[in-house]
Amino acid sequence: MSGTTDMILVDKDGKRIDGRMPEEHRAVKIEAGVLANADGSAYVEIGKNKVLAAVYGPRECHPRHLQDPTKAIIQCKYNMQTYSVSDRKRPGTDRRSVEISKITAEALEKVVLTELYPRASIDVYIEILQANAGTRCAGLTAASVALADAGIPMRDIIPAIAAGKADGHVLLDLNKEEDNFGQADVPIAIVPSTNEIVLLQMDGNMTRQEFDRAIELAVGGCHDLYKLQKEALLKRYGDGGDSDE
Amino acid sequence: MEKRSARPAREIVVPGDILDDSGAKAGDNTYTVDGKVYAAVLGVKNKNQYGVGVIPLGGRYMPKPGDMVIGMINDIGSSNWMVDIRAPYPAPLHVSEVPWKVEFGDTSRYLNVGNVVLLKVLSVDEGKKIQVTMNDSGLRRLEGGRLVEIPYVKVSRVIGKSGSMIQMIKNMTDCRIFIGENGIIWIDGDERNAEVAVQAIEMIGEHAHKGSLTERVKEFIEKELPNAGEVGE
Repeated sequence: MSGTTDMILVDKDGKRIDGRMPEEHRAVKIEAGVLANADGSAYVEIGKNKVLAAVYGPRECHPRHLQDPTKAIIQCKYNMQTYSVSDRKRPGTDRRSVEISKITAEALEKVVLTELYPRASIDVYIEILQANAGTRCAGLTAASVALADAGIPMRDIIPAIAAGKADGHVLLDLNKEEDNFGQADVPIAIVPSTNEIVLLQMDGNMTRQEFDRAIELAVGGCHDLYKLQKEALLKRYGDGGDSDE
Repeated sequence: MEKRSARPAREIVVPGDILDDSGAKAGDNTYTVDGKVYAAVLGVKNKNQYGVGVIPLGGRYMPKPGDMVIGMINDIGSSNWMVDIRAPYPAPLHVSEVPWKVEFGDTSRYLNVGNVVLLKVLSVDEGKKIQVTMNDSGLRRLEGGRLVEIPYVKVSRVIGKSGSMIQMIKNMTDCRIFIGENGIIWIDGDERNAEVAVQAIEMIGEHAHKGSLTERVKEFIEKELPNAGEVGE
């Protein structure tokens, strides 16, 4: 949404620059339990995005003043590696990563049964290894798989995906070019069992009709992602036969 | 190799999966919405006459009163010790809960930071405040030996059916072994034997969800310790 280009983002057949159709998401790969030292972890690739998420806890909450005597708190840290983008990213926390950490933690709080662990803290670390638009969604997708992998009680696993508008077309799962030169970007995350929305942001301009269409596409995309998230978790314990005890 | 064909297939469920919508009673690790029972954790579906629940495949140990656990002294106060039992909460051991008469401020004479103790969980209140005790038969400080840590959900596999697995390891390696419900295991024995016992237990931790575990562990120990003791049944 920042620049202008004479690039044709959607051609007359409705095909996008990476060959996808408007309602198609990028290739997704999800793997659970990739890190040995974290309580739970997940690795997600969505197109050219590569994201690693690790979960620790529930554990004693530090600093102590953040403790909540009625429920556990979720502390999330979203971080982009310096080599994740083409111009070196200045390392460390910035305004953008603080925002994404906050919205991710708030989305996860809606599904984790935090009331089971008063005074405790569940720590989620999201590392962006390679970015190509849609890392907040990829990060949240990875984080919820990592939480389930850590054995943390939760209502559901949440998938997240963006929809948007580029070249006047409503598209699912924008890539970097569509995000940079498009007109709108709407990342959403849902609870698949109830279709509740736990994350919704919008950048850019859209008509009401376009927005409704974007939500429709993104909810559909979320359900696709959800299947892959479940598969990844089942695959982790899928090998081997019946237990003998 | 024994095979039990009567056993129903294990069904692995993820959070949000519907376990039952016909009014079955909600068991462990589930939640209910509109009379439907959903899984709350990643685990194996477990349906019996008491209801439908999930046996978790991972996660943190949550203390229950009566659990026998192994912990390490973390910190010393003038009237208590803090014990790390791998739970999300600190576990204080009060001086009135140890088998010695301890003068106020004299706690470090009896137990010090780094000491390993065999404890019992005395109580866990609503606010998840834990209390542990050493006032029970067999509870004591563990000296020497070594510790292995496995996920607490695998403890039942290390013990085996009515203790068959742990008996076999004890007999074959001639080690003294204590298993904490929290997944910490203490092993003491001859150096080589203890090493094999540690490896055998780590192997159970890794392959707990796979079949014919007892056979595999037996084979492993026989390979590592060719003149191991007889297997007691």
